[in-house]
Amino acid sequence: MITLANISKTFNAGKQNEFTAVKDITLSIAMNTITVLKGPSGSGKTTLLSIIGCMARPSAGRITVQGREISSLPERFLTEIRRNMFGFIFQNFNLIKGVTVLENVMFPAFPVGIGHAELQEHAMRLLEKLKIAPKARQNVESLSGGEQQRTAIARALINKPAVIIADEPTAHLDTELSREFLNVMIGLHEEGKTILIASHDPLMAESENTHRVIEVRDGQITGEH
Amino acid sequence: MKWIERQRNFIDFTLSSLSRRKGKNATLVLVYTLLVFIISSVIFFTQAIRREAEALLQNAPDMVLQRMVAGRHDLIPLSYGEKIKTIRGVTSVQGRLWGYYYHPSAHSNYTVMAAEPFASGDGAAEVGSGVPKTWQTAADNLLYMKAADGTVLGLRMVKVFSEASDLIAADLIVVSRATFKKLFGIADGQATDLAVEIGNQKEAATIALKMVQLYPDTRPILRDEIKRTYAAIFDWRSGYIIVLLSGSVLAFIIFAWDKATGLSAEEKIEIGILKALGWETSDVLLMKFWEGTVISLTSFLLGVIAGYSHVFFASAPLFAHALKGWSVLYPAFKLTPAVNAYQIAILFFFTVVPYAIITIIPAWRMSVTEPDAVMRQI
Repeated sequence: MITLANISKTFNAGKQNEFTAVKDITLSIAMNTITVLKGPSGSGKTTLLSIIGCMARPSAGRITVQGREISSLPERFLTEIRRNMFGFIFQNFNLIKGVTVLENVMFPAFPVGIGHAELQEHAMRLLEKLKIAPKARQNVESLSGGEQQRTAIARALINKPAVIIADEPTAHLDTELSREFLNVMIGLHEEGKTILIASHDPLMAESENTHRVIEVRDGQITGEH
Repeated sequence: MKWIERQRNFIDFTLSSLSRRKGKNATLVLVYTLLVFIISSVIFFTQAIRREAEALLQNAPDMVLQRMVAGRHDLIPLSYGEKIKTIRGVTSVQGRLWGYYYHPSAHSNYTVMAAEPFASGDGAAEVGSGVPKTWQTAADNLLYMKAADGTVLGLRMVKVFSEASDLIAADLIVVSRATFKKLFGIADGQATDLAVEIGNQKEAATIALKMVQLYPDTRPILRDEIKRTYAAIFDWRSGYIIVLLSGSVLAFIIFAWDKATGLSAEEKIEIGILKALGWETSDVLLMKFWEGTVISLTSFLLGVIAGYSHVFFASAPLFAHALKGWSVLYPAFKLTPAVNAYQIAILFFFTVVPYAIITIIPAWRMSVTEPDAVMRQI
């Protein structure tokens, strides 16, 4: 279980451009579920995902991940939790340009210290699973949108995380690719992963496989179904 | 094992990252290498020539006694030597004849020495390799020289010294004592100076003092003093070159600082992505440290190898003139490789280490911010 208690996040505190993106949110997310955070742009979805995924610290409130309080942990421990617990898929995929698909998938595991051959083998298995293995040695710039997306998914899975966090993953994809993404997420859920998606794409929220849809607006939860 | 794998992974990433910014890094390596090349060349050259000079001075007499008249070096009577021999500790005294001959058509000064015994006989000369090259009027193996009494002496060149001895012998003309005296008009019983050998080096100062007491118009020069003078000259010359180069060193520092401390937008994005994907601040810094180390170590090694080749294989054509001395006869010779590990270590610590450290600063500034904030700038 991931629990958020009275979480707030304020940017540029004390300055003229102070802005509160998340206001006093209390939320629990069960493991092994597909949860969609739904809301318009600027509603605070991404900030909420960043806080849950240990990428940003809340300005107030407490977060516990599987019973462990993480909001007060030093950066080093947060990074370790981020690396082992969460896999991220970003809006623009954020693949590192100029390097191959295989290397992009391997990068998150570099600090872990797994043997190079073993790591490469694991990355290749993921690429095969996502049907992109033939492109493993190609630079990511040469990939289509769908291939980039699958590379990003493989990268999110490299450290075998329990939770997959995706931020507007279908924002730049057509309906077919969006559906393909959703199917991959459903498959991962069936393997026991927890899926957390921020999206304003109705396809995500309206899918019968989505267990929970949380509506966010102006930094607050306005409803859920 | 895990630690080694981590380092391997980071180096792997670093190399891939360097190859992605080929233009920037190649320019940096080129300028960096050039600087190390110049500094290491000066160090190698100075070190080798000092070693060479020291080796040559091993054969120099323990002490040289000169006679002074009105503060100037004058001829010394051989009779001085007879009394000096009686000083306890002196093993031998020999009068030496040497001087300089200016040849107007070559605009060159040559060193002329009398040897005893001189197998080639009177009217013959054994010369350094620079002499036939520059004498210009040398024909039929004859060196025409104008003697002190106005007559012309035609000396047969019977031997040219090998080029290996060029450092000291390039401009040397060796003749018999009789020829020397005739050429310069030196009377019998006179010498240029006296070469004094002593039994115990520790007594050198005491013996020198006794010689001055015996002949107050003389000046003894100890071998150690000559060594110190040579060392000072070479140090001064290399210092002079380094000062001349300080402008380029400064320019390099500004260039390197600019290149190393400024992160491109692409690099900033990369750091953000890596942090978001689970790299720690220390991992990012380690990667940047490796990046700086690869660039500076590569440049250092290339520069030192190029400097070594320049000095020991090509005889330092770029600045040998300034370091060897100012003369018409530039001796062409190959230096024996002499590398001072201490100086190379200093060069290493002043080039590789600072650069590797300054590359970390911008990455540190970037990587201590929350990955979320870095990602939002994209």
